[in-house]
Amino acid sequence: MNFDFSDEQKQLQDQARRFLSERSDRGVVRSVLNDAGKSFDKDLWTAVAEMGWLGAAIPEEFGGLGLGKLELCVLAEEMGRALAPIPFSSTAYFFTEALLKGGSQAQKSAVLPQVAEGGVIGAFAISEGPGAPAPGSIQTLFDGSVLTGVKIPVTDGDIATHAVVLAREGQSLSLVLVDLRQEAVTRETLTTLDPTRGHARLTFRGARAERLGAAGEGWDLAEAVLDRAAVLIAFEQVGGAQACLDMAVDYAKGRYAFSRQIASFQAIKHKLADMYVAIEVARSNTYYGAWALSTDASELPLAAAAARVAACDAYYLASKENIQTHGGMGFTWEVDCHLFYRRAKLLSVQAGAPGVWKEKLVRRLETKNAA
Amino acid sequence: MDFNDTPEEAAFRAEARAWLEKTLSPATRAAFSEDEPLKAAKAYQALKAGAGYAGLTWRKSVGGRELPPIFSVIFGQEEARFQAPVGPFAIGLGMCIPTMIAFASEEQKKRYVAPALRGEEIWCQLFSEPSAGSDVAGLKTRAVRDGDDWVVNGQKVWTSGAHYSDYGILLTRTNPEKEKHKGLTMFFLDLKSPGVEVRPIHQMSGGSNFNEVYFTDVRIPDAQRLGEVGDGWNVALVTLMNERLAVGGSNGPDYAEILELARNTPAPAGRGSLLQDQAFREKLAAWYVSAEGYTLGKYRTMTALSKGQTPGPESSIGKILNANRLQDLTSAAIEAEDHFGIISDPAIAPEQAVFQASYMWAPGLRIAGGTDEILRNIIAERVLGLPQDVRVDKGVAFKDLPTGR
Repeated sequence: MNFDFSDEQKQLQDQARRFLSERSDRGVVRSVLNDAGKSFDKDLWTAVAEMGWLGAAIPEEFGGLGLGKLELCVLAEEMGRALAPIPFSSTAYFFTEALLKGGSQAQKSAVLPQVAEGGVIGAFAISEGPGAPAPGSIQTLFDGSVLTGVKIPVTDGDIATHAVVLAREGQSLSLVLVDLRQEAVTRETLTTLDPTRGHARLTFRGARAERLGAAGEGWDLAEAVLDRAAVLIAFEQVGGAQACLDMAVDYAKGRYAFSRQIASFQAIKHKLADMYVAIEVARSNTYYGAWALSTDASELPLAAAAARVAACDAYYLASKENIQTHGGMGFTWEVDCHLFYRRAKLLSVQAGAPGVWKEKLVRRLETKNAA
Repeated sequence: MDFNDTPEEAAFRAEARAWLEKTLSPATRAAFSEDEPLKAAKAYQALKAGAGYAGLTWRKSVGGRELPPIFSVIFGQEEARFQAPVGPFAIGLGMCIPTMIAFASEEQKKRYVAPALRGEEIWCQLFSEPSAGSDVAGLKTRAVRDGDDWVVNGQKVWTSGAHYSDYGILLTRTNPEKEKHKGLTMFFLDLKSPGVEVRPIHQMSGGSNFNEVYFTDVRIPDAQRLGEVGDGWNVALVTLMNERLAVGGSNGPDYAEILELARNTPAPAGRGSLLQDQAFREKLAAWYVSAEGYTLGKYRTMTALSKGQTPGPESSIGKILNANRLQDLTSAAIEAEDHFGIISDPAIAPEQAVFQASYMWAPGLRIAGGTDEILRNIIAERVLGLPQDVRVDKGVAFKDLPTGR
């Protein structure tokens, strides 16, 4: 039984934690939060690219480090813990996984090396309006060479150079690769709950685009990308939730009320213990997702759904109860609790909301039990 | 990352499985179960000890094999596959005998360890009292020195297996003038001693798995004292530390069982099955995540053991998860059956009324071996490093502490 990361992977994680605690400290996060014109930290992005982390899971033949998915998982946990204000998840999870899963040899060779060196910022565009996207609801059209329609919201869509878009092609759906740096693409920056990450409405007016994978394969490909991204996002969520618990523990020990540490009250202790339990449940499910992702196991769809449901629960609980533990101070702009509360909500809807994933989980469980 | 045994672990597992297949084959099992369950368990334990599978982690000098704890976990997993009858020995071999090994004289160890290992003598743990549950150090059973003996009066409660046990380890108060934790002393005793009376507790579930044990002028030789006079709390901590490795599942119905029930039960909306009901599906997803969180968490514990690390109080999580899930899941199953759900007759109710039976057992599971609340305190204090609650019992003689019901 070796259900843990290797010593080398843990070293990489320690290295990432030290690096991000300096380069993505709360001052850096707040510089993006407080500046409406800024939706990511360019210096951090460049530095992360120089570390090679954008290409951590990209095979060497496409210019990456070729390490593996487990390495990307430990990096994701640290990105989440540090609230890194960069398009790492959009690029390294969604966009890269879409290319690896659906791209031709030529497409991978053309784009992935640029991803690895930080020259390409990728986005993944599915949503078109309120509610979970369904095969019948996608309005954006692809005619084999050009793309027309509106995607809203697209995480990091305001800064991305490329996007993978889910579009209708004839009677079915396809995934489409678009270079966003063309006149037929317009972007409007959106005001969102989490200003530490950029969001945009992307409008395509006959934009040149190429298909990823076969025509009509779009929905299944998108689901496969979401399964993979869900595991990686779950690591960010676990990292963020753990940061909330660490903050709450630290504050509760130092804060006195009624002439004693508030951490000595069982009402606070049990709250923090519940956070710990939720995080450990998420961590165990997320590790299983990592194993399934790294081995491309047939268990991946069910494991990814369980990881996502558990991680959404844990981060929401940890981020809201961290505010509660901080009392009135927790409700101020200056204290960092709200940064996590914002990010928790972004991550719980970005790859499909928990309700959608609970449904996926049960459907996959039914299939497994019937098999 | 993988779920494989190391070569050494795999070899041990294969050897253990082969032995269990032979020992607990359907033919031999039938011979066991014709007897009383306790007799069957004792017969199995004797074979197990004879084959060298009992006391795997114990020192060789007391009959063990000095193997790392992971081998004990592996053997336990294999035993569970074969439903080996190990229940009656869990407390004795898991908690009492390790305490004896730590504190009894060499002569006593020679006399008591081997028969316990062979299942010939069963041990129980006499700690909890009517007014000392979560706060076990608040116990009142008095032991008073009289020559070479101690005379014990008082009452213990929730003693698993006392009705079939031969011996017990007993925590008593020897000095009420001292602080709560400092006036305690540990003994072991023969449960057939004059003045010991065992009475079964009638549980809310209808069954009787636990006992009350009354002590009336019971004489225990001073030679059967474990540890120093007044040091009983530290001896008890050794006993309780050994409880941690005994991480068990709930044995009750889980997500897979309620999924099957839902497949064959109409939905509340009147169309389709309950399994197609969205509200039910959300709950099912949450139960699955909790159950997997427990199972996968155990794999993480096994990994730590396999690397020679000692698992900490993190395993407290498992019981909080399992007990609460069992209660919620069985409640939902009963309500899913609608009015029919009130029927607890195994001959009529779905799944032989397993949901109804477990619904009545679940409240006990949330309390036994550390309540939900105590386990949260353990997590808060020992994992998260939070301070203890303000104590009103420090620096006060036990006799002066306020007592309620």
